[in-house]
Amino acid sequence: MVADSLSNRSLKLMVIGTLAGLFSGLFGVGGGTVIVPLLVVWLGYDERSATATSLAAIVFIAAFGAAFQGLYGNVHVLDAVLIGVPAVGGVVIGTWLQQRLQVRSISLLFAAVLVASAVELVLR
Amino acid sequence: MIGAVLIGVAAGIVAGLLGVGGGVLFVPALVILLGLDQHQAEATSLLAIVPVAIVGTYTQDRYGNVQRADALLLGVLSLAGAGAGVALANALSGTLLRDAFAALLVVVAAQIVRRALAEGGPTTAGGDASKEGK
Repeated sequence: MVADSLSNRSLKLMVIGTLAGLFSGLFGVGGGTVIVPLLVVWLGYDERSATATSLAAIVFIAAFGAAFQGLYGNVHVLDAVLIGVPAVGGVVIGTWLQQRLQVRSISLLFAAVLVASAVELVLR
Repeated sequence: MIGAVLIGVAAGIVAGLLGVGGGVLFVPALVILLGLDQHQAEATSLLAIVPVAIVGTYTQDRYGNVQRADALLLGVLSLAGAGAGVALANALSGTLLRDAFAALLVVVAAQIVRRALAEGGPTTAGGDASKEGK
């Protein structure tokens, strides 16, 4: 019975959306880390569709999270604009590159940057 | 100010290239380079993600990669979770939240490496990796 219910597509999407929202709100990230693998494993998405669909869901998730954070007075709107708007140009370039490049070495470099950032955060 | 703009451009390229929302780069950059505290950085990152995700979605949709109905359901149904996540973040101390975020960065890095290695040509990847890794 429970297994039957969980096979329902909408219910799966609700669970993924809720988990992604929690994750996004807690960490201030979009939630793609949660959404992409779950879309692949639970709903049979391929990687590219999962990534793209996740990005669309993140529009809502991040907006909800930012609105809730606004209630706590934590949002620096000017910084968000100074980063978010130029990032739009970056995304266009990045997405264009994604269709044409082997992203492997870039991925490994980015992973190294993330680990270095983690160390810096903890040691601060 | 120029620093913020450069952070934005760099994070945007990575976001489009690797399909991440940009937040994993925005948050540490806001803390390390712009001196926000962890709560402010996370909150500001969420707002900065919105335009990035909108344009990323538009571009991906032109390639036909966005499953629109599923994306809409996912997004709308995230409301309760997002509220709970933000409440939880604000209930935690900045230090605890920052350390948890650092752990998340390591997990995301591992995920990216795993994906990159899986994509990188299963026939020759092992040999190449062992040569380059020395």
